[in-house]
Amino acid sequence: MKTYTNTGSKDTRSGFGAGLTELGKQNNNVVALCADLTGSLKMDEFKANHPERFFQVGIAEANMMGIAAGLTIGGKIPFTGTFANFSTGRVYDQIRQSIAYSGKNVKICASHAGVTLGEDGATHQILEDLGLMKMLPGMTVINTCDFNQTKAATIAIAEHEGPVYLRFGRPKVPNFTSDSEPFVIGKALHLTVGTDVTIVATGHLVWEALEAAKALEEQGVSAEVINIHTIKPLDDEAILNSVKKTGCIVTAEEHNFLGGLGESVARVLTLHHPTPQEFVATNDTFGESGTPAQLMAKYGLNSEAIAKAATKVIARK
Amino acid sequence: MLETKELKDITTQVRRDILRMVHKVNSGHPGGSLGCAEFFVTLYHNFLHRNDAFDMDGKGEDLFFLSNGHISPVYYSVLARTGHFPVEELNTFRLIDSRLQGHPTTHEGLPGVRIASGSLGQGMSVALGAALSKKLNNDERLVFSLHGDGELQEGQNWEAIMYASGNNVDNIIATIDLNEQQIDGSTDDVLPMGDVAAKFEAFGWDVIEIANGNDIDAINDGLSTAISRTGKGKPVCVLLRTVMGNGVDFMMHTHAWHGKAPNDEQLAIGLEQNPETIGDY
Repeated sequence: MKTYTNTGSKDTRSGFGAGLTELGKQNNNVVALCADLTGSLKMDEFKANHPERFFQVGIAEANMMGIAAGLTIGGKIPFTGTFANFSTGRVYDQIRQSIAYSGKNVKICASHAGVTLGEDGATHQILEDLGLMKMLPGMTVINTCDFNQTKAATIAIAEHEGPVYLRFGRPKVPNFTSDSEPFVIGKALHLTVGTDVTIVATGHLVWEALEAAKALEEQGVSAEVINIHTIKPLDDEAILNSVKKTGCIVTAEEHNFLGGLGESVARVLTLHHPTPQEFVATNDTFGESGTPAQLMAKYGLNSEAIAKAATKVIARK
Repeated sequence: MLETKELKDITTQVRRDILRMVHKVNSGHPGGSLGCAEFFVTLYHNFLHRNDAFDMDGKGEDLFFLSNGHISPVYYSVLARTGHFPVEELNTFRLIDSRLQGHPTTHEGLPGVRIASGSLGQGMSVALGAALSKKLNNDERLVFSLHGDGELQEGQNWEAIMYASGNNVDNIIATIDLNEQQIDGSTDDVLPMGDVAAKFEAFGWDVIEIANGNDIDAINDGLSTAISRTGKGKPVCVLLRTVMGNGVDFMMHTHAWHGKAPNDEQLAIGLEQNPETIGDY
């Protein structure tokens, strides 16, 4: 089985910041907006390099989304930055009407998603954002897994015409994807080749899936790990080709099982190739305060939970 | 610049369009549409610099955003009668497969519309973004927007109002239709607006009041003044005092016709009060 090395843990939000910095130099039409979280979103360098293209809107996310929609008129490519909760739930109607329905080329960039936000607790730990965003017609939804992928995704979405939701997080997590891996929207990445079970993971759970695959290998189970960074549009073909070989699947995400990646995968399987599936996701609950590792263990979002789900789903074949 | 007489004739025709559109589908919002007919006609004919062919980016053109999207009948009528699309298309208002949706949208590609509106309180932010885009593009043309007074009850407006003055967005003219009516009654009954001029001034805007917002000469003067005040470091607000339902006597001074269509008999009376001028669609 192919193995991956952590080249040094980094936060995915720093990948966003690095990507935005590079974009700022490449493309004069890229503008950035932030609602009083410039440091948290790692947008300081873009702001320092291009003060005229950086808009500090204050604690006013609804206005930020509207301004972003307006900036597209005249050819700008706005990147909004705030926490995932304030990027989606707080401003759903603004995104729906002024951005999605109006077909505006806004990139909604959201940090601190999921329980790994940690100690701030449930008010800030949105576990519903993927569902909210994927339900909007025309919205592209991406959840990246490490620093390198987040940086690459940030740069790639500027080239995509249309609204995008880019989700990443707060904690330092293993950086293991190649910094030369091109980011193709809607294209899954095969991380390991396996025959007994398919594990489809997104965001912070991709590294956990790789760890689970290692543990399973020691038990003699061959797991195929696929990284789905684009939840919409979903790479149906990659999923179907894999389950046709393995006959069962585990989906893993830092999100409620309702509305997340797992449900999108289940739909594809139901339509084209009914397959036993287990969901590693939060179980229709809010989060709470704690360290990221404690929360991932408590809410069943780590490598142990994924390995357990794999064993369970193999037994259902 | 068109003369007042010509603008009056066009306005009368626009009123006929509004009444016929909402009557045909027995739905839509005639009250606010009629109240803003003079404003739309004057703005589009005498002030908005624009190219004949519609282009979403509108570089080098003045832009207009309608935030209170429910007054789509007046918007559609004026867009059609300024050449954005054939006037016959007004026949399709609110019908299946039409570009003239109940509330305006870019989704069907209707020329003249740059943002969807209908869910209230979002248009000022969008207009601000477009104004900032113009500044980045060194484009000296202006951004105009229209908002209902009841719409100011939506908090997002105040985020935008605070942002605009705090960041010296001085290439925007936001007009508030002060008709003092909303769906459930007068604005004073539903949620008192207080002194709207004082509120905008307290937020750092330059405020111009048009005391009779249904008088074309007053609108001409007011918009000329408003334009002269742009570029001086402050956003500009025009308070347009209008009468809801203006030009159709039984629809005036009441919220009753906010979102209600006239029946056959009422339509006939309304049309009789507004005889055909430049031709029905």
